[in-house]
Amino acid sequence: MFEFFLHLSPLIGINIILAVSLNLINGICGQFSLGHAGFWAVGAYTGAAYSVYGALPLPDELNLIISCGLGFIAACVAGLIIGVPCLRLRGDYLAIATLGFGEIIRIVIMNTDAIGGPRGFSGIPKWTNLFWVSLFVVITVVIIANILRGTHGRAIISIREDEIAADSMGIYTFKYKTLAFVIGAGFAGLAGSLYAHYTQFLHPNGFSFMFSVIILLMIILGGLGSITGSIVGAIILTLMPEVLRFMGETVSQWRMVIYSVLLIALMLLRPGGIFGKHEFNPLTLFKKKGEEA
Amino acid sequence: MSEDTMYFFWDLGQYLINGLTQGSIYALVALGYTMVYGIIKLINFAHGEFYMIGAFIGYYIILAGVPLYLAFPIAMLGSGLIAVIIERLVYRPIRHAGRIPALITALGISLFFQYLGQMLIGADPKAFPAAIEEKTYIFGEIMITNIQVIILVATFVLMVVLWWLVNHTRIGKAMRATSYNHDAAELMGIDTNKIISFTFFIGAALAGAAGVLVGMYYTTVEPMMGLIPGLKAFIAAVLGGIGIIPGAVLGGLTLGVAENLVVGFWVSTYRDAVAFAILIIILLIKPAGILGKNRKEKV
Repeated sequence: MFEFFLHLSPLIGINIILAVSLNLINGICGQFSLGHAGFWAVGAYTGAAYSVYGALPLPDELNLIISCGLGFIAACVAGLIIGVPCLRLRGDYLAIATLGFGEIIRIVIMNTDAIGGPRGFSGIPKWTNLFWVSLFVVITVVIIANILRGTHGRAIISIREDEIAADSMGIYTFKYKTLAFVIGAGFAGLAGSLYAHYTQFLHPNGFSFMFSVIILLMIILGGLGSITGSIVGAIILTLMPEVLRFMGETVSQWRMVIYSVLLIALMLLRPGGIFGKHEFNPLTLFKKKGEEA
Repeated sequence: MSEDTMYFFWDLGQYLINGLTQGSIYALVALGYTMVYGIIKLINFAHGEFYMIGAFIGYYIILAGVPLYLAFPIAMLGSGLIAVIIERLVYRPIRHAGRIPALITALGISLFFQYLGQMLIGADPKAFPAAIEEKTYIFGEIMITNIQVIILVATFVLMVVLWWLVNHTRIGKAMRATSYNHDAAELMGIDTNKIISFTFFIGAALAGAAGVLVGMYYTTVEPMMGLIPGLKAFIAAVLGGIGIIPGAVLGGLTLGVAENLVVGFWVSTYRDAVAFAILIIILLIKPAGILGKNRKEKV
């Protein structure tokens, strides 16, 4: 059982990156996106295509970094292409448009023979391990948390609070919405590349609309807008189906039903998620009282 | 006219008929989406599941020997009642918590029914019992089955009934009032909770009818069958202008025809991409949908 959780821990890390990056778009900028699995797929397939077809004669670690970088860039480009037309839309309409683009990405992958098409993409080298995943998780969280503290972050938050007011205060809302969308997409692509080099096999059906929903559930469970919440949400939602698996045969069989009931119950009891909008920064515990965080 | 051109038109006719059949099923499901959205501004992602439930109620009672003309109303009533129970237990308490928790709850309900169905019924597709004997009528090169005729007629009848219900009855007037302005309707003495429940009932009953029709048409039913048609019906609702009842019908038929034309004249693997591509184009050109009116956002 311990080994099983050791196997699971890189997946938890990858889900944390996905959740934190979606949180930048949905929770912090307030732009409801349902196409995150699409960007994840773009990053995964780009990274995998690099290591299968064009890997340079370099050590594995460097190659992993390059393929993650390529995944990041490819997903950023996809985010830009999708974001520029879609971000004119608001609320539910934006959600539907991003959902549509996410599915189109998946269907295009399904119909591209060079990267496996409906057979799935196999033969990807196993470069990802817990160390690299942890490192990238830390990088993602630090970068996104720092964006939030600066001018750009304040502008992005103001769009969530009231877009019209932000506009009239002289914030170029379209630019900041696109910025948040592209950065969020990029980190999803990075997570995709890590994922590809961990599972060594990709299938288009693994990137369906349902997976965008699961990432969304992670950030809503934790509390929309809270980075700590996204991390906790990602950990809980990755572990929950697996933990239920160990709780006897009946529970194991019914685990997806239990999972959905727990989800509904959580929404009924605590619609703002576990953390709400609050952050919990472990570093502040080590500081003396009265000192500013 | 040369023979090739003749065949092109025969093919076109065939695809149009298949498209209209499929489109009317999308339209029936889309109506529920659009009505629920119109009244409480909730994208009810669980709506595809009411379609699945209707199909399975139809499956079991036709297996039990109930004739088709009775199976229909029973399936509609059954999925409608389940929708009302869900609305009462889950959606009503969450309605005031905001739109995102409500949306997530709807997704949770959708997952719940899909997996509950897999546990209770089994994930494998079941052969839908042949309630009536299939006959094929041939006009020139165009084939049309009696099941397609039943689907088209049943859809038409249901839509006329819905139109009458919404536009010419007291409860329909109350529905329109609630969707126009919830608070004002309440002040005028309309029991809006009852009206919302009733809207869920009607929407799910239409979806249940669509489920039985699809069971007859494709002859298989399975617990995950609601997912993709649910999504497509939702696209159809947005296409026509979400919240607008004739828009859902128009959107459903357009989507069904467009899909069948692409599958017929181009490649079948891009079938699902077509629906999403149409959706995105519509959203970018006219975000309110074909029949929608643009509303400026005010502070």
